[in-house]
Amino acid sequence: MTPLHLCLIFSALLFSLGLAAALSRSSSILVLLGVELMLNAANLNFIAFWRFSPNPEAGHGVLFVLFAIAVAAAEAAVGLALVIAVYRHYRSSCLQDANQLKG
Amino acid sequence: MPDFPLLTLGVIAAVTLVSAAVAFSLKNILHCLLLLVVSWVGVAAFYLWAGAEFIAFAQVLVYVGAISMVVLFAVLLTRQHQPEENSPTRAFRAWGALAAALVATALCAAVVATPLEGNSSADAGLSVRQIGELLMGPHVAALLIIGVLLTVALLGAVLLAAPDAPKENFPPKTKP
Amino acid sequence: MKPCALAGFASEAPTFSSLEALPGDLSDWLVSFLPDIEWLRWLTASLLAIVLILTVFGLTFAMLTVTERKLLGRFQNRYGPNRVRVFGIRVFGFFQPFADAVKALTKEDIVPAAADKVLHLLAPVCLVAFSLLGFAVLPYGREMTLLGNLDAALLFFFAATSASELAIFMAGWSSRNKYALLSAMRALAQLISYELPLLLVAVPAVMLAGTLSLQGIVLSQADWLGGILPHWNILTPWGFAGALIFYIAALAESNRCPFDLPEGESEIIAGFLTEYSGFKYALFFMGEYFGMAALAGLGVTLFLGGWTAPCEFLQFIPSYLWFYLKLVAVVLSFMWMRATLLRLRMDQLMRLSWKFLVPLALVNLGNAAFWQFSSNWEGAWLAARWAISLAVAIVPFLLLAKTLTAGLGPRQYRYA
Repeated sequence: MTPLHLCLIFSALLFSLGLAAALSRSSSILVLLGVELMLNAANLNFIAFWRFSPNPEAGHGVLFVLFAIAVAAAEAAVGLALVIAVYRHYRSSCLQDANQLKG
Repeated sequence: MPDFPLLTLGVIAAVTLVSAAVAFSLKNILHCLLLLVVSWVGVAAFYLWAGAEFIAFAQVLVYVGAISMVVLFAVLLTRQHQPEENSPTRAFRAWGALAAALVATALCAAVVATPLEGNSSADAGLSVRQIGELLMGPHVAALLIIGVLLTVALLGAVLLAAPDAPKENFPPKTKP
Repeated sequence: MKPCALAGFASEAPTFSSLEALPGDLSDWLVSFLPDIEWLRWLTASLLAIVLILTVFGLTFAMLTVTERKLLGRFQNRYGPNRVRVFGIRVFGFFQPFADAVKALTKEDIVPAAADKVLHLLAPVCLVAFSLLGFAVLPYGREMTLLGNLDAALLFFFAATSASELAIFMAGWSSRNKYALLSAMRALAQLISYELPLLLVAVPAVMLAGTLSLQGIVLSQADWLGGILPHWNILTPWGFAGALIFYIAALAESNRCPFDLPEGESEIIAGFLTEYSGFKYALFFMGEYFGMAALAGLGVTLFLGGWTAPCEFLQFIPSYLWFYLKLVAVVLSFMWMRATLLRLRMDQLMRLSWKFLVPLALVNLGNAAFWQFSSNWEGAWLAARWAISLAVAIVPFLLLAKTLTAGLGPRQYRYA
């Protein structure tokens, strides 16, 4: 077990926590937050690999995470706008209520 | 500065994971959010631990300063007054948790089974100036695309969240 | 001792005068009594620096509250608090804050029955903690910052202070009071909208200094033209416009009048403070003042030359005193604004930020880029540089100011 292993396990656990939230909660906001947490876990991996890479000066991991954070911000903005739009139609932010396309 | 790298990592990981786990088991969305903020700060602390200062502060600024605010607004605008009718059953939740647990086991097993040789001796951080030069040099195209993406996302979010069509009596007139 | 990430107040400054290096020397002298263990000495030096900052700004907070009350009294043609005496000595009532502290500590601490107890308790604590974090990176003087010369100090400052919005929201929401929740929503909307111009206006200073480190930004202004005219950012066209925008945005960020809508006592009782009493209320007060002082310190650093003296021959006064004087002057001007201006309406508040300050801040960014681009112009070109830059600063201001209130003349109120 190297420190890199520990970092990766940390990130794997965080990822599955996000997954659990996205799969088992019904509030659309919480599902979105779960997805954000999964994104964070991926970022964590990038930083871990950058930190223990042979040449951290290249900085690919850092730059990737920087862009990923920007994308996460955009994702949160659009996702929450969707939540509000759905709420306006169904008067509910519960995912099970938005079932018009259900066969 | 005295440092105990692995101990620090353990503490950071424990705080992050526990707060995330507790967050997703709570009923009240606002409590969830506040605990998740703790977990995001934990991730930022990990970035600090790994020597990526700039990323850590950016993480706090974006997640604690911006995303949590937007989520708060969304929560307050979509308050549920009646108890949930279609709330998922216990089985539904159990299946979700089981799937996540399986994924966790698989990932951890894969990580443990992989021989990784970390170059842990290197203590080279990346200064802000270096990051700036990388951004404006080899990665300038990505930077521009991110700028465009953020603008489009902003416009999209405004359009999605705006009321459908301007009503006849909009803005509402005050009654005499 | 080698300079490390958190070195306390290192005493490696080039000694200008013995006063200049006094804090560092004092700290070294005290630490030298300890056994020679590196981490123990490091810890003690850091703690000493932290305690010093907390003491200075704690006392400043106490004195500012009484100064504000006395000043407001004078502005409104009355005496402020002038009754408190200790052992028969009455220093114009300047012992008032200590009496206030005793009062706040002995008052009953009421928590509403429906309140979210944990969050209700955490909110004031978080607010004070987050607003104190900003002090960690401010350059108090030559070689004097708590976190050493942090590379991304400005980013740290904004990251730390942006968390205080969360604390205000916690306070408003956990009180289970409609007015408190309304005020929390107001506070969120206001803080988000004014954070944008605040950040945008800090960017030009970073751009011209070429660093995100606050100490670096101060050093880039530490020069004098002919020994008397400082190279402060505020003395350039973009810097002046930027400082004005920063000032307005900082007023709004610290919830001060005319932007104190979250507390608007004539509309929503006391906003998020409604359900707080005793020491928790005092903590909110403290958080507000610390936040205000931190933002004033950032403004001083970005635009007013930080700890540098206004004239070269005034350098015999230690740098940390200059910083402190400038900071207090800015905070006092905040108080003057409070006594002068009326509270805005919510729609006016939003319009001011999104339709006025944000576009102006963006134009200012361009202006600063031009200033940097034309830094080697000379002679007649130098005059052209100033003319163009002034025009770019003033013309959009005039145009936007005209459209800001167009068609929104005096309102007609009709009552049923």
